[in-house]
Amino acid sequence: MSQFTTQHEDFKNLQRRLLYLRLGLLLGLLFLSARLWYLQVVKGAYYLALSEQNRIRTVDLKPTRGLIFDRQGILLANNVPSFNLYLTVEDIRDRDGLAIALEDLLGLPRAETHKRLILQSKSYLPILVKAGLTLREAALIEGRRLDLPGLRVQAEAQRNYPQGVLGGHLLGYVGEVSSEQQGEPAFAGLSQGSLVGKAGVEKTYDRVIRGLAGDKTIEVDARGNERKTVAVTEQTPGDDVYLSLDLRLQQMAESLLGQESGAVVVLDVTNGDVLALASRPAFDPNTLSRGLTPATWEQIVADPRHPLTNRALQGQYPPGSTFKIVVASAALESGKWSSETKIHCTGAFPSGNHVFKDWKKGGHGVMDMHQAIVHSCDVYFYNIGRRLGIDAIADTARAFRLGQPTGIDLPSERVGIVPSTEWKQRVRKEPWYPGETISVAIGQGAVTVTPLQMAVATAAVANGGMVYKPRLVRAVHERATSRLREVLPQDLGTVPLQGRTFTLLQDALRGVVTHGTGGRARSAIVEIAGKTGTAQTVGAGATQNREGVAKKFRDHAWFVAYAPADDPKIALAVIVENSGHGGTVAAPIAKALIEEYLKDTDARHQSPGQF
Amino acid sequence: MLDTRAPDNFEWRFVLVAVGILAIGVISIYNVAPGPFPDGRTPLYAKQLIWILLGMVAFLAAIAIDYHTLARHAYVLYAVTLLVLALVLVMGKSSRGAQRWFSLGPIAVQPSEVAKLVLVIVLAKYFADVQRAGWVQRVILPGLLTLPGILLILKQPDLGTAMSFSFIFVSMVLVSGLHAKALGLGVLFTSMLFPFAWELIWASLHDYQRERILTFWDPMTDPAGKGYHALQSRIAIGAGGLLGKGLDDATQSRLKFLPEGHTDFVFAVFAEQWGFIGVLILFLLFAALIFLASEIAVKARDPLGLLLAAGILSTLGFCLTVNVGMTMGIFPIVGIPLPLMSYGGTATITSMAALGLLLNVKRRRLTSFY
Repeated sequence: MSQFTTQHEDFKNLQRRLLYLRLGLLLGLLFLSARLWYLQVVKGAYYLALSEQNRIRTVDLKPTRGLIFDRQGILLANNVPSFNLYLTVEDIRDRDGLAIALEDLLGLPRAETHKRLILQSKSYLPILVKAGLTLREAALIEGRRLDLPGLRVQAEAQRNYPQGVLGGHLLGYVGEVSSEQQGEPAFAGLSQGSLVGKAGVEKTYDRVIRGLAGDKTIEVDARGNERKTVAVTEQTPGDDVYLSLDLRLQQMAESLLGQESGAVVVLDVTNGDVLALASRPAFDPNTLSRGLTPATWEQIVADPRHPLTNRALQGQYPPGSTFKIVVASAALESGKWSSETKIHCTGAFPSGNHVFKDWKKGGHGVMDMHQAIVHSCDVYFYNIGRRLGIDAIADTARAFRLGQPTGIDLPSERVGIVPSTEWKQRVRKEPWYPGETISVAIGQGAVTVTPLQMAVATAAVANGGMVYKPRLVRAVHERATSRLREVLPQDLGTVPLQGRTFTLLQDALRGVVTHGTGGRARSAIVEIAGKTGTAQTVGAGATQNREGVAKKFRDHAWFVAYAPADDPKIALAVIVENSGHGGTVAAPIAKALIEEYLKDTDARHQSPGQF
Repeated sequence: MLDTRAPDNFEWRFVLVAVGILAIGVISIYNVAPGPFPDGRTPLYAKQLIWILLGMVAFLAAIAIDYHTLARHAYVLYAVTLLVLALVLVMGKSSRGAQRWFSLGPIAVQPSEVAKLVLVIVLAKYFADVQRAGWVQRVILPGLLTLPGILLILKQPDLGTAMSFSFIFVSMVLVSGLHAKALGLGVLFTSMLFPFAWELIWASLHDYQRERILTFWDPMTDPAGKGYHALQSRIAIGAGGLLGKGLDDATQSRLKFLPEGHTDFVFAVFAEQWGFIGVLILFLLFAALIFLASEIAVKARDPLGLLLAAGILSTLGFCLTVNVGMTMGIFPIVGIPLPLMSYGGTATITSMAALGLLLNVKRRRLTSFY
């Protein structure tokens, strides 16, 4: 009996303990439910956002940039397909393996890859690893897609300049928007890796040419494969741009400069159209637009001849004798000097304890204003300088728009220097010495100009004082409306000189070519008016163009011109650095361009509607 | 004596709850990988249905054989099981760094799943026989009985199943009745040994196991690496919200951000699709199963039946709690499947056999007073 009772007791105990087990398990479930409530209800929105971040990727739809044409409709910039390699950091499984694979397949240094991975802060945005893969490279990458998640080869438009080096400076080039730029309003809304114009027309008209990026929201699986498209905003291609540039003239200008450093500007005197804008040495914008290696970039920037500088508007040179146009105008307008005023030139002009020399040993003899311009008599202009003083010359120079931007639709235009007493006090904190005026009177000393400014000033002389803003872009073809929006010529006012001053200048510039220093510009088919200039590069005194003088110390050769002399159509400024006399080197270039332009003007330039 | 009457209401409820859980499991597995697959392999949910059909055979067989008969052969059964566990280390199929399976043609059998049920049977038999014995007989001897199994499974390595073994042992010791003094001594002894044992345990763990335990504490330290499972699982569950994301929008599982969605993380799949409300219904089903199982245990005819049912109950409860807990980031990820829901042939068939054993115990209690 007691045995049975004990067993019964034991069994009861077992049952009691079992109920604890049941209670424990059910409490466990309750505890799990509490945790579930926390995850799903309290933090539900947070985890939902995380799950969305897992599956949603936004892919940029890059717009194609607008095309660029010359005035004849010749293609200057377009887009060609290219394979680009992108990497989404978030999808990478094995960073080391990836870096090794990129080195093996594409030759990208491992350290470089690691650096890029560390620098990338937004891990879900794809970064451009390499642009312009060869077909073989693209195939190699695609073949290893599965073990290299995060990599994607994408066929995209690559900016292309069919003319190569030709017109490179004015077209500019494109590159990825920099992180500094992304903060600026002009680049607002551009995603990392967007292409923007970095120089030339590509830069000034970037917002027109650029187009509008679209985006595609896609759903990806855990391996980063696209599963479906959630939403698409289509991209809008950029607008096409038509330049006033005449490619044949541009080509001729560049080849005439050849291996020399220098610049040529050709303007339409009737509206400011830029017909040619050459600068040498030049660069191929294709090279600069296709993801330069740091080493290549270093090499270009370190080149002592500065190929990236557009000398036509960034080169600031002493104008030399071409400045006599300005000084003569100042004299005639001052009332202190007349065209009849005669000076006996002996070849020397003492001033203080210094003797200024004429470029012609022994002098020109007795000269009036017309003769002094035709023969470029320095002594005559030394006298004007002493008589007028610097500020009268500076006023007239500014009236010819020197010392200020011409307003051409290209970036980074330089303005040169128009010295005056106020300028010297402000910039050099010194008073102006009258002796300095003597140098400035023949375009030496502190005065500097850009070739573009000289072309604008020459055009103003040709057309009787009208100043037009140089216009490189003539029209924009708006894709959205299919309309051609013309960029209207803009006149900036006149150079306030008397009519007879213009007449005297025009006659004198004709004389320069017919029987003066610019004889090499004389043409059988058209009468050309012009002015030579030989700008000294170091110090003052004797011109240095002898063979024995190192090239970099030789004079810059200038020639400014317009034609036809009786009915001006185009104006030019030509400068060839360190090459000697303007009449010898620069004048023939101007002549060749004028003849080329005028020989079939009617056929090519009276069809402005041909875009 | 086998009770041959038609199933009563209790049994129908029991079966209904089990079928409910099994059905939820199949639906979740279907949603992870619906198929058809281009390479023509059978979709997992279809295979799971086959396992369930086989499981029904096991279920009915487990009802039919008297559990006393089973208990009489418990030690032989356990010895065979240990032998098989040793064999799997020699001849088993390796997969992802672990050697847990036997290949039988196209089917992979996981003996450690069966071993859990066999351990329950052998411990139930042992404790039923040693009522009122001293603590050496109550703790040390059954401990020595369990240890070979734990070691063989750790060797595979399968941390989750080894932990199940330990838990089955501890819960059986507790249910069978350990005096407070003995329990206290045991705990003291274990905790004194722990620092020494920890060194050994830690050293014996594989790198991936250590990493799992370390990253458990803070999955965000390595979200793309070892913490990936834990984080993605938590995201899936949390994103489900109150009402769930439905079948099509459950992106964590559909787009495979959640790994192992058909096996260890099937709960997360379900939670993402059905939300808090859905999981509460699932929990109610599990709670009902626990409740019904404990009813069977309490009303068992003899200590053997009670201990058998209690062992099955605690195995079920342990696996449920740890699996759900690890998907929710409460426990480290140790690889314990969710009973009756995770995909897996051996586990499903064994679990259903265990349910059959429960009904076996229930059916034989009424005959005791005849």
